[in-house]
Amino acid sequence: MNEPILQMKNLEIDFKTYAGTVKAVRKVSFDVFEGETLAIVGESGSGKSVTNQAIMKLLPQPPAIYAGGEILFGGNNLLEKSEKQMERIRGNEISMIFQDPMTSLNPTMKIGKQITEVMLKHKKISSGDAKKRALELMELVGIPSPKKRLNQYPHEFSGGMRQRVVIAIALAADPRLLIADEPTTALDVTIQAQILEVMKDVQKNSRTSIIFITHDLGVVANVADRVAVMYAGEIVEIGSVDDIFYNPQHPYTWGLLGSMPDMNADKKEELRTIPGSPPNLVDPPRGDAFAARNPRAMKIDFEKSPPMFEAGKDHYAKTWRLHPDAPKTEVPEIIRDRYIQYNGGDQ
Amino acid sequence: MAEPILTVKNLQKHFGAKNNPLRAVDDISFHVMPGETLGLVGESGCGKSTTGRTIINLYDKTGGEVEFDGRNNDRLSRKEQKQFHQKLQMIFQDPYASLNPRMTVFEILEEGYDIHKLYKKKKERREKIYGLLESVGLNREHANRYPHEFSGGQRQRIGIARALSFDPKLIIADEPISALDVSIQAQVVNMMKNIQKERGLAYLFIAHDLSMVKYISDRIAVMYKGKIMEIGEAADLYERPVHPYTKSLLSAVPQPDPHSEKGRRRISYDAGMHEYTEDEELELRDFGNNHLVYCSKKEYDSWKA
Amino acid sequence: MADKNVSELQPSDFEIVGNKTSETETLARKSISFWGEVSRRFIKNKLALIGFITLAIIIIGAICGPWISEFTYRQQNGDYNMAPNGTYWFGTDDLGRDIFTRVWIGARISIFIGFAAAIIDLIIGVAWGAVAGLTGGRTDEIMMRIADILTAIPYLLVVIILLVVMQPGLFPMIIALSLTGWVNMARITRSEILKLKNQEYVLAARTLGANNLHLIKRHLLPNALGAILVTMTLTIPTAIFTEAFLSYLGLGVPAPLASWGTMANDGYPALANAPWRLFFPGVLICLTIFAFNAVGDGLRDALDPKLRK
Repeated sequence: MNEPILQMKNLEIDFKTYAGTVKAVRKVSFDVFEGETLAIVGESGSGKSVTNQAIMKLLPQPPAIYAGGEILFGGNNLLEKSEKQMERIRGNEISMIFQDPMTSLNPTMKIGKQITEVMLKHKKISSGDAKKRALELMELVGIPSPKKRLNQYPHEFSGGMRQRVVIAIALAADPRLLIADEPTTALDVTIQAQILEVMKDVQKNSRTSIIFITHDLGVVANVADRVAVMYAGEIVEIGSVDDIFYNPQHPYTWGLLGSMPDMNADKKEELRTIPGSPPNLVDPPRGDAFAARNPRAMKIDFEKSPPMFEAGKDHYAKTWRLHPDAPKTEVPEIIRDRYIQYNGGDQ
Repeated sequence: MAEPILTVKNLQKHFGAKNNPLRAVDDISFHVMPGETLGLVGESGCGKSTTGRTIINLYDKTGGEVEFDGRNNDRLSRKEQKQFHQKLQMIFQDPYASLNPRMTVFEILEEGYDIHKLYKKKKERREKIYGLLESVGLNREHANRYPHEFSGGQRQRIGIARALSFDPKLIIADEPISALDVSIQAQVVNMMKNIQKERGLAYLFIAHDLSMVKYISDRIAVMYKGKIMEIGEAADLYERPVHPYTKSLLSAVPQPDPHSEKGRRRISYDAGMHEYTEDEELELRDFGNNHLVYCSKKEYDSWKA
Repeated sequence: MADKNVSELQPSDFEIVGNKTSETETLARKSISFWGEVSRRFIKNKLALIGFITLAIIIIGAICGPWISEFTYRQQNGDYNMAPNGTYWFGTDDLGRDIFTRVWIGARISIFIGFAAAIIDLIIGVAWGAVAGLTGGRTDEIMMRIADILTAIPYLLVVIILLVVMQPGLFPMIIALSLTGWVNMARITRSEILKLKNQEYVLAARTLGANNLHLIKRHLLPNALGAILVTMTLTIPTAIFTEAFLSYLGLGVPAPLASWGTMANDGYPALANAPWRLFFPGVLICLTIFAFNAVGDGLRDALDPKLRK
């Protein structure tokens, strides 16, 4: 593969709260390559949003503290950039799409102006060219009759259309990296499907890299090239989308996959659940953070934090299961079945 | 055959001005049998939540009839009204907004008994409430805590415990899991299914997550713009959807499976495609096996074929 | 992290011991009630704490000040316009009365007026706002229009007419202050109730069969209490200030009673030769108003649910 455009190395972020210091992100490392979509999955409080807001340096300090690590973008550490320098990067080289399309547009400004504004700010471009480009972008994200729509205000757009506008704005300056934070969670399924298609089309045409944050595994299966699974402020497994769905190694990934019924689920069977709740990150547990909820936890899981073990080519999991001395634990049946089913029976 | 626990006939709920009302619920009819789960699905604004709230009298209905446990709820005596409030209960969507932040879990759970002046003896009431807590997997130490000390899933379980106060016959669950994390959703759904098995109660399960609805429901009704488009046995409706809206909805649900996702074909739906003429009568028509679809006679003939 | 080198691990480390989910169901944080948390946050707010302490000192002064002093507030001692000294700590006025004593007597009256006005606002305003907010529809419309009309009438005009008609005194003053003062409280209460009555926990209580009285008692008032309390702490200084202002216009409590307002009014002409006569009541008015405002703001921040974690 080519050079990564973004490298996160051992990022640590703390939050000061009344209850104590929350270790929200604990030594997170990953790379994003050109033209790929990396999905970051996790439940609320897993640190997935915080990690990505850190890339944009959007976390208010205080309460947030960048406690360690670095974020290399084009070789430069973003954490060392000044606010002024970040302003040149935001919306230009890295842009972001948020969950709620209702609040991420300015209600008092015409759509066309909101799209061209970004270009005029970051690029040397005439306002006529910017307008032409805005029309192209609106077509690209599937907004019908863009000429007319250009002069309308956000309230004249439906939720799905607004999210398309948000995407158009995010793409206006041809960013190298697009961070999408739960961009479809607030939308209905039919609209969600459309937006996902738009994002995939856009990527095909522009080679923009996308970090796609979501909790919905169905969406992950749809958009991702690679997947990072986060739990309790750490990446517990990272690999290609096929690795994660058909050959997952971390017990938490099993739990996540198992607890979501697919359309073929047998309703006689109980859903597999992950017992208990995630740990409190004011005082993270010693050892493997997932151990307390893992029915097959080993002694070592409560004592030492596991390193990332290589589970295959470009597939890593942070679990002692993969240590050569660990007893063989079987992959749960439901996941094996899926693997067999979708690989036409082999393995 | 047994009598339905809930029968809804031509229910209507309009909001806003009389001359140009918003028809949130527009003449819908269905029933729920004792011990069964009816899933009510649709996209935001289709009227599914309004339906639930109108049935339980949080909204005054504009028209139609609701019959619960064999009694029409327009003609309830005081005593029957009490019964209605005890035997028909609701679980809400937002586990953060559905519990009063100023009350302890104990106070939240005893509220129903206070209102109906039941279990006045301290000890009796305490036992009852500990029982409720245990039935949702919490323990008695949790009784004196405040809601904000609990996680989302735990709070939703407290909401379920409250709904179980009077051993209800039907619970309207209004998007009970959509605010929860995936792994917690499964916990809550399993719990709801177990409670149903133990107590034989029925659910009206309102949701937009089609995978989960299919898993929990015996029958499913699909709503669109205030009307029921299609209603039938869960498996039947998912495997053989008839109405184009249902087809479109099902085609949009992403599956946790990259291979099938790669080949996904989304079907789009446009309400104009029916080209109904004014003299056509639209109604739910029977496609056999209790599978009803909202359509015209002409569509019925062509879809049936 | 000082992880053991992977190769140093013993095979016994890999024994399967299973999960400890019981631990994850225990609640990590200490149980703390809503008001417990509010007071903790309030105390962390320095300005609010200073305001609170200032207020406590003024109230203690109002209670104990006149006892400590060897004079009474109406006693004329024959020492006219004396500067502060060992006998008369805050000096005396033109009738030879001890200002220290009078200032604390004035504090009693000013604070009494402030509280009384706030409590009357509270009773009328909360009842009015709660009924309007909860019933809604036409009733709400009519009730709020009445409130609008009351605020539309120039406030000072009403107060002055009333005081002229009723003769200046303590009770006319309180009535004058509450006449339109409750409208603000009614508005705040109504908007809180409107917000709260569609909360899911209120709906849940209704599905359990709760009537309006139950809803008000158990859910609406307890949850609106924060906003009501903040409004009240901000009403008191306004009342105190208005009282001072009206006294300054000569519409205050009649002599020999003293409020801070009447004292400042009396002291103003002697500003050049006996500045202490204006200084002490003036400073106390400012301090009290500052203190109430600081406490009110602090309470509002402490009650803000967005800061709750």
